[in-house]
Amino acid sequence: MSLQILELVLVTIFSAATPLVIAAIGELVTERAGVLNLGVEGMMITGAAAGFAVAILTGSSALGVLGGMAAGVALSSLFGVLVIFLAANQVATGLALTILGTGLSGLIGAGFIGLKREATAHLSIPLLSDLPLVGKLLFGQDFFVYAGWALVVAVAWFLTKSRAGLTLRAVGENHASAHALGIPVRRIRFLAVLFGGACSGLAGAYLSLAYTPFWAPGMTGGRGWIALALVVFASWRPVRAFAGALLFGGATVLQLHAQAASLGVPGQLLTAVPYLATIIALVVLSLRRRRGSVAPASLGLSFVPER
Amino acid sequence: MRIDLEARSAPSKVIEFCAPLLALCAAVLIGGGCIALLGKSPVDAFSVYFVAPLAEIWSLQEVAVKAGPLILIAIGLSFCYRANLWNIGAEGQFVMGGLAGGMIAIATFDGAGQGVFGSFWILPAMLIAGTLAGLAYALIPAILKVKLGVSEILTSLMLVYIAEIILDYLVRGRLRDPKGFNFPQSVPFDDVARLPFLMEGERLHGGILLALLAVAIAAVVMRRTLFGFDVRLVGSAPKAARFAGFSDARVTLAVFAISGGAAGLAGVCEVAGQIGQLQPVISPGYGFAAIIVAFLGRLQPVGILIAGFVLSLTTIGGEGAQISMKVPLDMTRAFQGILLMCVLAADVFTRYRMRISFGGRA
Repeated sequence: MSLQILELVLVTIFSAATPLVIAAIGELVTERAGVLNLGVEGMMITGAAAGFAVAILTGSSALGVLGGMAAGVALSSLFGVLVIFLAANQVATGLALTILGTGLSGLIGAGFIGLKREATAHLSIPLLSDLPLVGKLLFGQDFFVYAGWALVVAVAWFLTKSRAGLTLRAVGENHASAHALGIPVRRIRFLAVLFGGACSGLAGAYLSLAYTPFWAPGMTGGRGWIALALVVFASWRPVRAFAGALLFGGATVLQLHAQAASLGVPGQLLTAVPYLATIIALVVLSLRRRRGSVAPASLGLSFVPER
Repeated sequence: MRIDLEARSAPSKVIEFCAPLLALCAAVLIGGGCIALLGKSPVDAFSVYFVAPLAEIWSLQEVAVKAGPLILIAIGLSFCYRANLWNIGAEGQFVMGGLAGGMIAIATFDGAGQGVFGSFWILPAMLIAGTLAGLAYALIPAILKVKLGVSEILTSLMLVYIAEIILDYLVRGRLRDPKGFNFPQSVPFDDVARLPFLMEGERLHGGILLALLAVAIAAVVMRRTLFGFDVRLVGSAPKAARFAGFSDARVTLAVFAISGGAAGLAGVCEVAGQIGQLQPVISPGYGFAAIIVAFLGRLQPVGILIAGFVLSLTTIGGEGAQISMKVPLDMTRAFQGILLMCVLAADVFTRYRMRISFGGRA
């Protein structure tokens, strides 16, 4: 019996962590290329609205996922053109993207409020999915959870083992040297930004297609910002980002259980836990890391090639 | 085709003046396109958004009422952004200011406006408490940044969510009007706890005067004082500033205190002027819209004054468009995002010459 509860808790943690994992991995790649995109929240919420709208209109979850990703890519391309090719301020442009995305999601989702769909299907393998404790966790999740795992592994490999990944990191560490070596700095950065957009859109689509299968304005609730913090928390390493996301998933679940158990702390105040946890995580991290920043050296700086 | 940017040795004054106007025009065109996509007439929309609010006295007043907090917050933020520091949590500082001021109004409430120890001190105390609350709240990310090197961007933003939750919690609980039929709102403030209206029987309250005062003070401080120079230097040449003996820690704390205080003051003005009680939500996103105002105004006091009215105009126009044209309110927010993007893009032309060349020259 208690095994079942433990399994349930684990499954909840993983599903709460999934949008954070996906969005954080995307942003991590963007930042490793030296671009800080603060628009994750905006791309995520637009992805959620667009994903749900497409899924309702076509009746297909798969197309919904693609729609969410396309929305993320479209918004990130706007951001990319501004900060990479026009050398606009990255912080301010990212904020603009979040403001735009929030408004856009409302426009897209306006006609879909109150509609519901089935959540996307969960994997089911006879025997394996019924294993005690790990069955549901490993073999009974939905597509997004596996996509998140695959992203972590793929990006971890890409950044450390592949030539393209090393090039991308070189661009993020020192764009002038990379440029001198003939690496197309701005093109690589643009692609990294698009990848981040696709991931944010995917994370948003997860929220509106699987996590809570409906559209509600503001449904991302700051998860995009938490994903941004996760990247810092993870010291720009994919596997650590995954671990961090699980911690946050855990905090969310803890909050839900504490609310149910009514521990004397007002339930409403517990909704502040993820935001407070983010701040505490950043503080703890900086206490531990006294030797200076491990951020990509060119993060947030515009690159304008000399002619 | 390739685009090359060539740095200008000195920013062009003409373009610096024209860039925000160009950006506004571009944003209006793009916004018009979006309206057309929604199946409405862009021409009608333009008149609803930009002309109708200016046509009548009451709507002009509404524009000024909403411009007040935008200008006040943006003036504070301009100090931060000048110093290349990113306080994006003005929304939270606004909420905390409103909450602190509101609590004084609620504590002294007796329905007759007699107050404790007389009533003359209540409004000033509210304004001071609101300012200090916003200031203190903004110092949290500033101190974390100075002492521990924690990114002020993320902490200031996270604190917005926390402030909103605290306000919501208190208004539904301890600060709720006991005779209010369980509605989540506080008692309506006594008249002595309200900002006076500028004209009898009208809507325009004293908040706009405080905003104008802030513009004047900021103009003097930024141009005529060593502190203003310090802020600009830390922002544009941090290494030079350090060599010259300016402390960037001190500047960080100071600009966060200024921006937080301004946002807190705007918050208390909102509850003491516009709303007249505490509610679960007291800001329609002023703290974020003010970021746009700051940039649209090119971080200059007078520019911000104008930009505040422009953005307020679009907000009032957006409300009108929702009623008369059934355009969702989100259109306003999307437009504001587009506007900020256009402003930032236009900014490129003040710093760079752009050369567009065709053909495959590597």
